[in-house]
Amino acid sequence: MKTIKTCVTALISALLVFSNVAYADKWSDQFPHIKATGDIPGECSYESMSKKDYSGKTLKINTHAVPVMGEPTALHAEQFAKLTGAKVDVTHTPAGDLYAKAMVPFQAGQAPYDIVFGFSNFINDWRRYLAPVPKKYTDMKQMKDVTPSHIGIASWDGVMYQFPVDGDRHYLKYRKDVIDNPEYKKKYKADTGKELKVPTTWKEYGEMAAYFNDWDWDGDGEKEYGSAEVMKKDDLMYAAFYSRSAAYSKNPKTPGGFFFDLETMTPLINNPGFVEALTDWVAATKYVPPGGINFGLGDEIGSFGGGQTLFSFSWDDAFVAAMQPDSPINNKVGAAQLPGSTKVWNRKTNSWDEGFNQAPFFVWGWAVGVAKKSKEQEMAFDYLCFFANEANHQADIGIGRFGVNPFRDADFQADVWTQIGWDKDIAQSYVDTLAEMEKSKNRVFPLRVPGTFEFNAALATAAAKALAGQLSPQAALDEAAKQWNDILNRVGKDNVRKAYAVGVAMEDNKL
Amino acid sequence: MNFKHKFVFLFPGLFVLIGILIFPIIFTIRLSLSGWNSYTPEMNFIGITNYIRLFTDDPRFWESFFRLSFLSVSTVILQYIIGFALALMVWKEIKFKRFFRVIFLIPMMTTPVIMTVIWRTFFHESLGPVNDLLGHIGIGPILWLSDPVIAKFTVIIVEVWQWTPFMFLLLLAGLLSLPKEPFLAAAIDGASPFRKFVYVTFPLMAPISIGAIIIRLIEASKIMDTVFVLTSGGPGTATETSSFYIYIKGLREFQMGYAATLSFTYLVIMIISLTIIAKVLTKLMIKE
Repeated sequence: MKTIKTCVTALISALLVFSNVAYADKWSDQFPHIKATGDIPGECSYESMSKKDYSGKTLKINTHAVPVMGEPTALHAEQFAKLTGAKVDVTHTPAGDLYAKAMVPFQAGQAPYDIVFGFSNFINDWRRYLAPVPKKYTDMKQMKDVTPSHIGIASWDGVMYQFPVDGDRHYLKYRKDVIDNPEYKKKYKADTGKELKVPTTWKEYGEMAAYFNDWDWDGDGEKEYGSAEVMKKDDLMYAAFYSRSAAYSKNPKTPGGFFFDLETMTPLINNPGFVEALTDWVAATKYVPPGGINFGLGDEIGSFGGGQTLFSFSWDDAFVAAMQPDSPINNKVGAAQLPGSTKVWNRKTNSWDEGFNQAPFFVWGWAVGVAKKSKEQEMAFDYLCFFANEANHQADIGIGRFGVNPFRDADFQADVWTQIGWDKDIAQSYVDTLAEMEKSKNRVFPLRVPGTFEFNAALATAAAKALAGQLSPQAALDEAAKQWNDILNRVGKDNVRKAYAVGVAMEDNKL
Repeated sequence: MNFKHKFVFLFPGLFVLIGILIFPIIFTIRLSLSGWNSYTPEMNFIGITNYIRLFTDDPRFWESFFRLSFLSVSTVILQYIIGFALALMVWKEIKFKRFFRVIFLIPMMTTPVIMTVIWRTFFHESLGPVNDLLGHIGIGPILWLSDPVIAKFTVIIVEVWQWTPFMFLLLLAGLLSLPKEPFLAAAIDGASPFRKFVYVTFPLMAPISIGAIIIRLIEASKIMDTVFVLTSGGPGTATETSSFYIYIKGLREFQMGYAATLSFTYLVIMIISLTIIAKVLTKLMIKE
């Protein structure tokens, strides 16, 4: 009897295994994008979607320009159309116009798009126009694997409005072949008296970047530089500044706000912590490539990913671009947490607390929602679910230009990355870095309050003036703080406080 | 003709006029009196609050306006000088005249945004060919886009390159329409080419020149795409112009009401200043 049971179990297991392989072969033949994994069974797999029939229906999507997020949107739209019979219209919009392109019709009570792509920090402004993600999807297996941080980012007060398709955070990227090079270690020690290692503070970052600036340290016949950073005003530079500020200003002893003091709603962005960070950043203009002060995200990705600089920090894209098989620095890069500081500002005691401090920045990333007024909500959520299914997700995260980055626990396994050609130690340093950020209890989340754009733009303008030498760091941040107060008065302190409290609760580990 | 029939024929034109000119202006004025933004999505009425903010608490707008004045006046002056010189060159009987005429017009026929992307690539400080070439002769790298002063001149270079052909075209048309008699008289009097230009060509061209300058000033005062693509108003706010600033406030920060206030104020300022400029130019260039 036992033998029969064992045989039956083995037979059933074999059938299950081979049936999956059969699906994988079937779908990956038809859709080469998933050739590495084949279809992976799930509620929104290729197999599941092929059973849906949306013939005669049209899905309208507004997404970013190609390639970042625009390319995977279009690719999965084409696949979805083939599988379900739906007609999918994809509109590509520059990043700077995504907000307004959705917001204008939203406010006019229209829904020209069923699905709107944007950034996760739009959530407070958009949520009243978006349909909450139905329980059917939030209970799915693929959703259960999304990290708590990214569930938090996609949700507002416990309600998910944005379907997780991307995960973002800022971390340090460095040239492993330089930092680990014994000759350079010796030379650096001889010249500076210090150790050449992965920088753990922004001061060390600056010293190493300045040392490796403006000379040909990789022997390719061209000069290399210290650091590539997003410094261009109105091109996400405020996010880079928050990353540089977190270590100096996010004090685990003073919960209750990083951007504002939640009790008084006093802007904190001109306190000595932020000023110290901006002072460091102004110094950084000396070790970026020529023109680096005008680098947007695309330039930063191209510069570090193309092997021009020793360091970079911001979104995953530069790292993934550097690890592409055709990259000149493929398997020559390392990842680490954002540098920290040896002191952190304490706003309660109005003094510096000495000691090492580090704070990961869970920066905003790509986000997508379904319009509340859409008449095709079911199809829209199915599309998003399909977009982010396991097979598509695994294929997407390995393509740097797609802008799809890890946000699931399964992504934090080194094997996922070694399978696409990464060296094991690099893959391990990458997943360890991301996983450590998830575990940190001293995190900073993006500002998500009414008027977010105004706050960030005011800060970016002030920081840009400091970088360009138009104002000192203190004067620039005082100007920004004054503008933040003006915005607070216009929007209403209580409105902002109420929204800000949600982010603070996440930062203070209460959500 | 029946009186009412006149209105029947007038109405289509009138409707178009109201639709494309009067309505947008009235709507902008109304919008400027509202606080419409991302968190107050309604056409509420807040009186002149936005205007008070503009005149008492927004130095960035005025800085961008004065920067715009510098950029537009300097680019138009350069376009006029270069455009006039080129027009004079192909006005004469020279070899390959038609070829040159076409060549000079090419920049204007290209798409400004695309050409600005190409210029941005040229001027890219670390990867662009301009600094690379200059590096071979020991110059540079020049911070074409990241030095607050040089960046303004880079914007001027691109604007002059793009729009000098327009000036050239208008001035060439003017030159071709000039009467021959004054030139014959000057030739009989033995006037040198320089005196002929100063006393005959230039005065005869004055009305056309004023028209060309005003048209270009109107266009240059709306400079947006070049700044947007080339520098995004940076470094800092060094190349930010009024239209770019209004775009930021309206479509990036979604302060629709305030952006309407900026737009309407800007429109009024431009109408007044261009009227004054036209009068001054007429007085300076046209001698009775």
